[in-house]
Amino acid sequence: MIRDITIGQYYPADSVIHKLDPRVKLFGVVIYVISLFTFRGIWGFLLVTLALAAMIKISKVPFRFMVKGLKAIVIILIITAMFNLFLTPGETLVTIWKIKITKEGLKSAVFMAIRLIYLILGTSTLTLTTTPNQLTDGMEKAFRPLNHIHVPVHEVAMMISIALRFIPILVEETDKIMKAQIARGADFESGNLIKKAKAMVPLLVPLFISAFRRANDLALAMEARCYNGGAGRTKMKPLKYQKADHISYLVILGYLVIVILMRVLL
Amino acid sequence: MSIILDKVNYVYSEKTAYEVHALKDINLKIEDGEFIGIIGHTGSGKSTLIQHLNGLVKATSGGIYYNGRDIYDEDFNMKELRGKVGLVFQYPEHQLFETTIFADVCFGPLNQGLSKKEAELQAFTALRSVGLPEEYWYQSPFELSGGQKRRVAIAGVLAMKPEVLVLDEPTAGLDPQGRDEILDQVAKMHKELGMTIILVSHSMEDVAKYVDRLIVMNHGSVMFDGTPKEVFHHYQELEAVGLAAPQVTYLMHELRKKGIPVDGEATTIEEAKASILKCFQNRENRS
Repeated sequence: MIRDITIGQYYPADSVIHKLDPRVKLFGVVIYVISLFTFRGIWGFLLVTLALAAMIKISKVPFRFMVKGLKAIVIILIITAMFNLFLTPGETLVTIWKIKITKEGLKSAVFMAIRLIYLILGTSTLTLTTTPNQLTDGMEKAFRPLNHIHVPVHEVAMMISIALRFIPILVEETDKIMKAQIARGADFESGNLIKKAKAMVPLLVPLFISAFRRANDLALAMEARCYNGGAGRTKMKPLKYQKADHISYLVILGYLVIVILMRVLL
Repeated sequence: MSIILDKVNYVYSEKTAYEVHALKDINLKIEDGEFIGIIGHTGSGKSTLIQHLNGLVKATSGGIYYNGRDIYDEDFNMKELRGKVGLVFQYPEHQLFETTIFADVCFGPLNQGLSKKEAELQAFTALRSVGLPEEYWYQSPFELSGGQKRRVAIAGVLAMKPEVLVLDEPTAGLDPQGRDEILDQVAKMHKELGMTIILVSHSMEDVAKYVDRLIVMNHGSVMFDGTPKEVFHHYQELEAVGLAAPQVTYLMHELRKKGIPVDGEATTIEEAKASILKCFQNRENRS
């Protein structure tokens, strides 16, 4: 029933991007997002589109699969576009009653919508090609210098990876509980808001109980294996840069240079 | 009165990397008042199959008919079907949520639109028929033992007065005594209320002892369908797919190999005992 959530889901495939070091991918996504929110004009838009298309093509993840993730942001998308459309002052195009649509508003609404869609597509390329564990490993290593100013990098990374690890489990559990309650005649769909909220109780109580039980079990299992934080902990698969990673860094930096040049020159 | 499955297919996560063909061309006819066991190793499609029976999962292709009516018809009342085909899931933890056991058992009948009084009456009958002692009824369901929770979960479905009761591994994780109590209770309901029972199980002993008809699932297809005796006759094929016959059947086969003329088809301890005693008697008579 709710298996269709794709945000944060890994899609196994044999591609260059799948094999890259997570740090490279993180860096790439950061640069991509920066370029996404700084580009101006049609040329900048083309460049970003090209970069995104290349990324998706190389990742070998079916485009259909990525688009599914967009469903979740449709409402945010519409609201943002509306605000931009109606509330930007400038040269009036159309006037409906008291609402004015301006040329600038139309332009910024379209670009905002594109930016949001590209943001989701780009970041989901990262999560679709990187397992949650790789991702947190990458983050832990990339942010390690923060340890010197007493940021608990390892602990945060561990918390994130546990949280990510539990999303599919809890989704599956929710599905099972829903089925068990529907089998007893529960109705999660019809009725007004208050009725719907009330209908959630038979779902949430078992879900919370099970989440607490799982957290408790996990803590015990970790303690039983002498887990005591990050100090002195080694990795089974330490991250090491390969040739492909160095090349990718060069490609990303090249992209960054082009983006800056375009921004300055055009 | 019957449930008919006609060429039912089900595919999980169609057209993605995770695609699984969970059910392949299932044809089954389940008659009124049958006591059916379904066995199969993990991932053979048992759970998916039973979730089709009350419309929780919609078949990718094929049809399901309840008392001659297509359950995928536009105007078919799915909610009513879920009252008629009661499905008890494996983990009672997935359905218990109320503050007291009694209130939890009332949840089903209240959803069916019954008045509070009628619902309480049905909950009362249901809790009686699963044999849960009355002193527990107003306690929190979370404080019960595993076996008692199972009973409450079964009562929660029974209170909806289903015609067909489907139990997904009701004995998993229970001790031998708890297991026997639950299954005896189910057998009693089958006999006294004339309910159709479908029991999904991992235990060959359990199904051999209780059911009249046994369906073996393997890789999403029905591998065998017959009486337990007929099915366990193929014990070598069952082993090849990771299943087995009851322990006592092996014992009887060993005895036959040694030249003792016992009944090799015995599947329950009672039958084996009778057959072995008969052998002794014959021998005494001869000498």
